[in-house]
Amino acid sequence: MTDSVVDPDSLLERALAEVAGADGPRQLDEVRVAYLGRKGRLTGLLKQLGSLPPEKRREAGQAVNRGKRELEHAIQARQVELERAELERRLDAERIDVTLPGRQVDPGGIHPITRTLERLLDIFGQLGFVVATGPEVEDDYHNFEALNFPEHHPARAMHDTFYLPDGRLLRTHTSPVQIRVMKETPPPVRIVAPGRVFRSDSDQTHTPQFHQIEGLLVDENVTFADLKGLLSDFVNAFFEDELQMRLRPSYFPFTEPSAEVDIRWRNSDGTPGRWLEVLGCGMVHPQVLENCEIDAERYTGYAFGLGVERFAMLRYQVDDLRLFFENDLRFLAQFH
Amino acid sequence: MKASLQWLRQWVRVDAGAEEVAERFTSAGLEVDSIQRAAPALDGVVVGEIIECQPHPDADRLRVCQVADGGEALRTVVCGAPNARVGLKAPLALPGAVLPGGLTIRSARLRGVESSGMLCSEPELGLGEDAEGLMSLPADAPTGAALSDYLALDDRILEFDLTPNRADCFSIRGLARELAALTGTELTPPAIGRVGAENDRRVPIELLDAGDCPRYVGRVVEGIDPRATTPAWLAEALRRAGQRSLSPVVDVTNYVLLELGQPMHAFDLDRLDGGIRVRRASAGERIVLLDGREVEPDEDMLLICDHARPVALAGIMGGQDSAVDESTTDILLESAWFNPAVIAGRARRLGLATESSHRFERGVDPELQALAVERATALIIEICGGRPGPVIDVISEEHRPVNQPVKLRTARVNQVLGTEFSADQVGELLVRLHMSVALEGDDFVVTAPSARRDIAIEADLIEEVARVYGYDRLPSRAPGGRLKIRMPSEGEVPERLIKRQLSVRGFQEVIGWSFIAEQDLDRFGLASGAQPLANPLSRDLAVLRTSLLPGLVSVAAANLRRQQRRLRLFETGTCFHAGNDAAAFGESSRLALLLGGPAAPEHFDDSDRPVDFFDLKGEIEHLAGLNGLGRELEFVSGSRRWLHPGQAAELKIDGQSCGWLGQLHPGLAAGLDLDRALFVAELDLAGLSRRSVPAHHGQGRFPSVRRDLALIVDDRHACAELVGVIREKSGRLLENCVVFDQYRGEGIEKGYRSLAIGLILRDLSRTLKDEEVDRLMADIVADLKSKFDAKLRGQGDVSDQG
Repeated sequence: MTDSVVDPDSLLERALAEVAGADGPRQLDEVRVAYLGRKGRLTGLLKQLGSLPPEKRREAGQAVNRGKRELEHAIQARQVELERAELERRLDAERIDVTLPGRQVDPGGIHPITRTLERLLDIFGQLGFVVATGPEVEDDYHNFEALNFPEHHPARAMHDTFYLPDGRLLRTHTSPVQIRVMKETPPPVRIVAPGRVFRSDSDQTHTPQFHQIEGLLVDENVTFADLKGLLSDFVNAFFEDELQMRLRPSYFPFTEPSAEVDIRWRNSDGTPGRWLEVLGCGMVHPQVLENCEIDAERYTGYAFGLGVERFAMLRYQVDDLRLFFENDLRFLAQFH
Repeated sequence: MKASLQWLRQWVRVDAGAEEVAERFTSAGLEVDSIQRAAPALDGVVVGEIIECQPHPDADRLRVCQVADGGEALRTVVCGAPNARVGLKAPLALPGAVLPGGLTIRSARLRGVESSGMLCSEPELGLGEDAEGLMSLPADAPTGAALSDYLALDDRILEFDLTPNRADCFSIRGLARELAALTGTELTPPAIGRVGAENDRRVPIELLDAGDCPRYVGRVVEGIDPRATTPAWLAEALRRAGQRSLSPVVDVTNYVLLELGQPMHAFDLDRLDGGIRVRRASAGERIVLLDGREVEPDEDMLLICDHARPVALAGIMGGQDSAVDESTTDILLESAWFNPAVIAGRARRLGLATESSHRFERGVDPELQALAVERATALIIEICGGRPGPVIDVISEEHRPVNQPVKLRTARVNQVLGTEFSADQVGELLVRLHMSVALEGDDFVVTAPSARRDIAIEADLIEEVARVYGYDRLPSRAPGGRLKIRMPSEGEVPERLIKRQLSVRGFQEVIGWSFIAEQDLDRFGLASGAQPLANPLSRDLAVLRTSLLPGLVSVAAANLRRQQRRLRLFETGTCFHAGNDAAAFGESSRLALLLGGPAAPEHFDDSDRPVDFFDLKGEIEHLAGLNGLGRELEFVSGSRRWLHPGQAAELKIDGQSCGWLGQLHPGLAAGLDLDRALFVAELDLAGLSRRSVPAHHGQGRFPSVRRDLALIVDDRHACAELVGVIREKSGRLLENCVVFDQYRGEGIEKGYRSLAIGLILRDLSRTLKDEEVDRLMADIVADLKSKFDAKLRGQGDVSDQG
């Protein structure tokens, strides 16, 4: 380096060429340090200003500072350019095949019987029926006697009861819950009792265990008309359709009048199809109320009972009852 | 109960067709299950008469008959039936006739003889099961008449599924009465007159248990023709009701049972010793019944005895050695009323179910006995001849059931049904049912006809009013009424929420059986306390489950056989534990989980790690955390017979045992042909569902401090013990404690491991100072050293986290 002052313009020109040639952040930084650092060459020019005659200092100073600014801009611009290029490189490198499968949790699911049961309970829940439960091993009193089944009555024989050696039994219906609730709760009573029940019967259309929901409403001024209204709203809500419904007189020891409820199924083309029996119901037998120490003159009530499997089969087009207890995952997965 | 529409029409003037009649019955609670034709169409089948019968020249077993068919000429018919004989009348299918089996009759040469028609047996015509020979028609059958006209086969059979309260409808008479009431038409019962006595033969009848049998009507008929045969109309009536024709006397008693609903019995008088005594069975007595079975009746069963021995099981079945047979000439008819209470359940206990017991246990009309005897006597004399003795009607008046008057209030009818009936309307409906009705103001005093044994209280009458009026015409009212809010407690996690949470975690719910084979429980070591059933369906379903585990494992096994790789199953349900007595018996609601196969679903970018204990434990911790149980969850090592002894834990919540988890014992898994490790848990659902209602306590605005410890400790000491000491020492300052590394191997002595534990400390009211945290950590380390001889592996990075 000679003693003569270096021309800032030519220095800048060289620096700019180096900036343009820098192809990474590190090289760019080296250029910055080489020209603009504390010991940088442009910075060095400023230090040399003192050796210039005073009349030239001002002009030369301005030239150096202009050069510094220009170089800083160039470096910054180059930096942005490099970053963009780097990002693009990265983006390109990170390209994936979005059609590959996602990382999953297997879909689990609830059993179709549970699904049906919950839906049924939700409907009755909207009408203020709260859930009540009772034991699955019952005594004769709650399962039969308090429900007005006389001893040795053929109605008992129809229940195909499983007995324990000591005379207790597996409940044949959810109706014993009626008794347990009414004995504890004064009217108004408005409950639904879901649960598992047992009959010693096993063939294509019977399984020794199945599920029922029992409904019970006891209050003043409860009539058969209320029962009819409730059931028709219920059936339509469950099947999401306006179905024809009919009540046929029937016999249950614990209700009177008693009825079987049929709905008119709809064929796939929308025309009315077969009548299907879907539930049993009736007005609570006064003897049952008396058995629970409820004044049968003042209070009346209705009760209904339905088979959850039956509703599940109709709703989801399941044609074999036994599928529900085989627990084949390929079957269960259809109800997710 | 099967009822022929023709027979019903003899009793009631109804023009409606079978479908409409069935509809009326069904909508009144007498459900018609099916409607069937009484016989197939039998066009071209006529009454034929065999005029000549010669052996076939070329076939030993065939005969060549000349048969009259009502036309001028005789037909040649080749026939193989053994009973073909001159004079026999039998159904003749003419060429062109199509038989029920689809066979078209054509003229054909049979071994060289032209046969133009076919003589038929019962099954060939769909008219019975007797395939022994030609269907034999009475001698007075009009030759050439169409068989379907002669037997009035254009009939429909209604099959009823009757409810047990409607005993009165187990007869043509009862159904006819009901139909008349429902349609408002006239009853036209056949006249049943009294048949006068032609001799004075009496048999002494003693009612020794008059409460069980308050009425017994007997009658002797002597001198009947043992060679008489049952007329076609009677055999047809029985066939249409699903019964076989046996002999004229028995057929008549069965006919009366079907027609009037009164079960009857006929004894061979010569085989009775002395007279009739009706009494309870004594221990050790035996009787051979009509079906050939010998039974030993229980002492609560009623017997019909003569003066030497039991001769019938009252109301159920007659005895074999006093029964009428083809030599009988003198009979004693029995028509009695037995108390349903002494019949109900007895037949079933003996493995019997007869038309008679079916009716008696539901209740027969107590006024019917004498009428039935008259009806039977008249029919027997008409068919078999004979001379009747006097009717012997023995009654214990004080025990005789009588329908009591029942009060019915019109207001109550309306209160129950939601109707606005007037007293007149109610009265009219009752009268249609042949109720005797007396009006007092707006209320009635009603006495039901004797056949209606089911009308005892006001509610019974209200049902009758509703039934005859028609349920479908009764009003309907939109849901409403007094509502009261009753919500389940927030302190309980609803079961359905737990199920939902598990399914979100990829678990599939299954529903298993409540019963199981005892040996299946035993295999798991779970048979202790298993409650047996007294009457299981099979040995596979003989005891109540004590645990959900065996059932869940068998579901897993079945699905593995169906090539499922990955199993995540759960079940909730009741388990049962027998105690020494009913009071000690327990039911508990349980939740079982099962994991097997790869930890994660197969994925191109993941390892295929199989599930392990910590996957299962994590699910339980997650479930507890998700529901904010807010209680202390503790997993302690605890082995169970069915679990891997080194991978088994007991869950305690707030110190109380709440279930177990672990790997299914590999020995057990191998025995069940399971090809992979299963991880299973069973938890007490109630314990898992109790939670506290949140109470906000401020989350603190001061920064937390994290300090990590790396400890080298003997394998004997469980991680939870170390964490317990850390918790105890740091008290309320410890916000969280994480175990973030476990290391065994190089640099660590065998039998030891290194555990890395991070402590997150925070004081809610101030910033913790470094010095006090240092002091606390030193304390903790000292305590760990003294209690577990834990050495510091070198303190980890200390980082302050704000």
